[in-house]
Amino acid sequence: MILVFCELKDGKIRKASLEALSEARRLSGDAPVAALFVGTSCVGSNDAATFGADAIINVEGPALGAYSSDLFAAVIADAVKAKGATALLGAATPLGKDVLPRVAAKLDAGYAAEVTSLALVGSKLQAIRPVYAGKAFATVDFSSSIQVASTRPNVFSATECPKAGAVETLPVPAVDFKAIVKEILAKGGGKQDLTEADVIVAGGRGLKEGANFKLLEDLADAIGGVVGASRAAVDAGWGIPHSMQVGQTGKVVSPTLYIACGISGAIQHVAGMSGSKVIVAINKDPEAPIFKLANYGIVGDLFEVLPELTKAAKALSLAK
Amino acid sequence: MKILVALKQVPDTETKIKVAAGGTSLDPADVKWITSPYDEYALEEGLRLKEAKAAEVTTVSVGEEKAKDVLRNSLALGADNAVLLKSTETGDPLAVAKILAAYAEGKGFDLVLFGNKGFGSDNGAVGAMVAELLGLSQANLVTKLEVGEGTFRAEREGDGGTEVVEGSLPAVITAQRGLNEPRYASLKGIMAAKKKTIEEVDGATVSAAMIVSALTLPPARPEGRKLDGDAATQAQTLLGLLRDEAKVL
Ligand SMILES: Cc1cc2nc3c(=O)[nH]c(=O)nc-3n(C[C@H](O)[C@H](O)[C@H](O)COP(=O)(O)OP(=O)(O)OC[C@H]3O[C@@H](n4cnc5c(N)ncnc54)[C@H](O)[C@@H]3O)c2cc1C
Repeated sequence: MILVFCELKDGKIRKASLEALSEARRLSGDAPVAALFVGTSCVGSNDAATFGADAIINVEGPALGAYSSDLFAAVIADAVKAKGATALLGAATPLGKDVLPRVAAKLDAGYAAEVTSLALVGSKLQAIRPVYAGKAFATVDFSSSIQVASTRPNVFSATECPKAGAVETLPVPAVDFKAIVKEILAKGGGKQDLTEADVIVAGGRGLKEGANFKLLEDLADAIGGVVGASRAAVDAGWGIPHSMQVGQTGKVVSPTLYIACGISGAIQHVAGMSGSKVIVAINKDPEAPIFKLANYGIVGDLFEVLPELTKAAKALSLAK
Repeated sequence: MKILVALKQVPDTETKIKVAAGGTSLDPADVKWITSPYDEYALEEGLRLKEAKAAEVTTVSVGEEKAKDVLRNSLALGADNAVLLKSTETGDPLAVAKILAAYAEGKGFDLVLFGNKGFGSDNGAVGAMVAELLGLSQANLVTKLEVGEGTFRAEREGDGGTEVVEGSLPAVITAQRGLNEPRYASLKGIMAAKKKTIEEVDGATVSAAMIVSALTLPPARPEGRKLDGDAATQAQTLLGLLRDEAKVL
């Protein structure tokens, strides 16, 4: 059986988790799939049934209110053993990427990170994952009896496939955990995380100053997207947080649509966005490398083009 | 205080990736090898703790003979000792973690520092795996680290923003950009490093949990289309294409 570690956000299952669950369902055929939820409250986990969970396992308790990697790893590993699962999937979210390798080590299992394709060969997972910052793809075959993989958000589709979703609970293991998240220094006003965004409007050094990012926000609002940035823009001291950076040393994103404005297309930037389904480049330099990647290119001044795009998008009411 | 910093030798991030005959690995011809960029932050943090708290810094790399360059560089930057755990690349993070854990076990390190991922393999797994294998606390993607008496406080890049992780030592910390600005080696450091010995130990024999069975290049993206006209026309055309041709809006 495949067990999927799912995350809830504001009482709803994260899209990236639904994608992992759907993929588990697709891989499993008629074999059972279980969805695992861990937290102070697992309200909202029932929706896993809609996306193919035969069983829903809730591990709830006040001890799980704050994230502790060692405690969460113990909870997840216990669930794998309790269900006799041979494969464990989870979305490659910040939490998933933190905990899943630890779980893998606990289970003496191989771990493939940020996979973009999965198959079952015999009874074992086979994964394809980007390496060298997306410049190549590795096919990974496991030999361990349990296999663990994190799925890259926005790559697998979340498809409804209703199943029974029988709910069970497992106890919180008594773990004397050694580290815990004490507080979250919130910033960025709760906008959607870049890695899960469908549409990204990104700006680079060509924006000239931080205040001009307003142009990107306006367009993003008009087409239902979020704003990202190149490292040059983040490093320029424009007040753009590193959490918005796309690229090799920032976030790796795979949105449906990526609009690069005033970004030259340096290899380290491309590493973070070449998995985008459709790429648009707006740049005044016709030789900018970003055009090699772009499905649609506009050679022009972004200060003229962006307001026109926003105006036209508003006229079409494209925001979802 | 004893600090272990794990370093990985990786292809330069500008490397044009070519697949070796056999189709499972990188063609090493023309590759320039460097210390994985995130590992530089880990090493710098170790060196700063050495300066602030008189810590002893040992660097370690799992790899082949050529990985000694990375270790030599760490000595030039100020590491006290360097150890090569000889092993051939398997592409399996768990195998690497086991070799590192076997080495570190019982040596009394208070901190084990890593980059948050090795460039190239991009697994971001070895640090957390070593933490698990040695039963240590962990904080990944750390951008700020404070070390107290038997405890640490780390700021890390989490979901909603910066998370503050507190835990006990010994701990595994994986470094993210922003943690510090790595120093450059001084000429004096480079000269001194030439005289130091790099300890060579056979890495523990471990079986791989997975292998890379194929390495392929992504399909080239089809030639794009440049849009004509003035800004207003380009904007109209683009939105039309995104909606009707690409169907992404
Ligand atoms: C180890 C390492 C890691 C790195 N990691 C990252 C990373 O994660 N992410 C990242 O982005 N970079 C990263 N970089 C940096 C990268 O190499 C580039 O320096 C950076 O991406 C450049 O950002 P940019 O495209 O915004 O700026 P530039 O390269 O300066 O490009 C600006 C572009 O804007 C265009 N432009 C200017 N004015 C206008 C206008 N009015 N209208 C339209 N177009 C205009 C110009 O023609 C130009 O193409 C990394 C570098 C290294 C060495």
